[in-house]
Amino acid sequence: MTPHSFVVHVMLKPGVLDVQGQAVEAVLRQEGHPAESVRVGRRIEVVVLADSWAAGRERVDHMARGLLANPVLEQYTIESGADAASEEPR
Amino acid sequence: MKVAVIVFPGSNCDRDAQAALQEVGVEAHLVWHGTATLTGFDAAVLPGGFSYGDYLRSGALGARSPMMEAVRAMAAAGRPVLGICNGFQILCESGILPGALTQNASRRFHCGWTDLRVASLPNTWGMDGGTRLRLPIAHGEGAYRVGEGGASALETTHRVVLQYCGPDGAVLPQYAVNGSDQNIAGVANRAGHVVGLMPHPERAMDPGLGGGDGRRFLKAWLNSGVAS
Repeated sequence: MTPHSFVVHVMLKPGVLDVQGQAVEAVLRQEGHPAESVRVGRRIEVVVLADSWAAGRERVDHMARGLLANPVLEQYTIESGADAASEEPR
Repeated sequence: MKVAVIVFPGSNCDRDAQAALQEVGVEAHLVWHGTATLTGFDAAVLPGGFSYGDYLRSGALGARSPMMEAVRAMAAAGRPVLGICNGFQILCESGILPGALTQNASRRFHCGWTDLRVASLPNTWGMDGGTRLRLPIAHGEGAYRVGEGGASALETTHRVVLQYCGPDGAVLPQYAVNGSDQNIAGVANRAGHVVGLMPHPERAMDPGLGGGDGRRFLKAWLNSGVAS
């Protein structure tokens, strides 16, 4: 098993009220920025031990569904982490 | 009757809950969340607080505690389970109760007495629909979201037990202090013995200190078991 790194982005689903985003948006406007819409999410970096990139990704997907995101409110995307060894095989 | 009050790292209403339960005449013990068994207990309370500092999402990490399997088993056995505030968030995060709790729509932490109306409870509780209760809330993340399928899906498998209402008992959107869907303050499983609510019954134990409706609520909940 080798380490594979992934980045999970968790965002509130479209239509779910994002009060944190609203607060940030209000302050951005207060500072004179033409902010039209702001939504705040979460970036989670995970290094997982797996036999392959695909197996690692599947495991991270499992983590995202089971804990990192709440399916009632949130959605997530998974991408490869920064190090070259973690690149999706071409 | 012997009740377990589960202590998570960051629980802060555990001793209040224990004292309140003793007030209504039952034996109550604090049990650490790392324990994986509730052998010898007849009911469990998940108290309020900020388990794991609300990291990731309120209740998300506590919901994965070893104790939660025992809580799940207690619920399945028909014994009373009650989640108060953060305990309600933990029950939702664990999937034991449906829906999710998120930031108050007002972006403010709300702390104060609220008027509540019992929406629906089984006969075991001895508390009719329409009963009015006055209980305090203290939360920043208490807006209840029913999730996909909406209210009708919720009501098929579960029941809405408490709703925020006005001083006259009217359940209108402006009385949902935190912006909850349908003014929901508490939900239960269909049989009514697994309940979660944002208000704090353990803080309403004495009319001399603001109100005694918490005592009524706790007594009724203790009778909600459906164990054979």
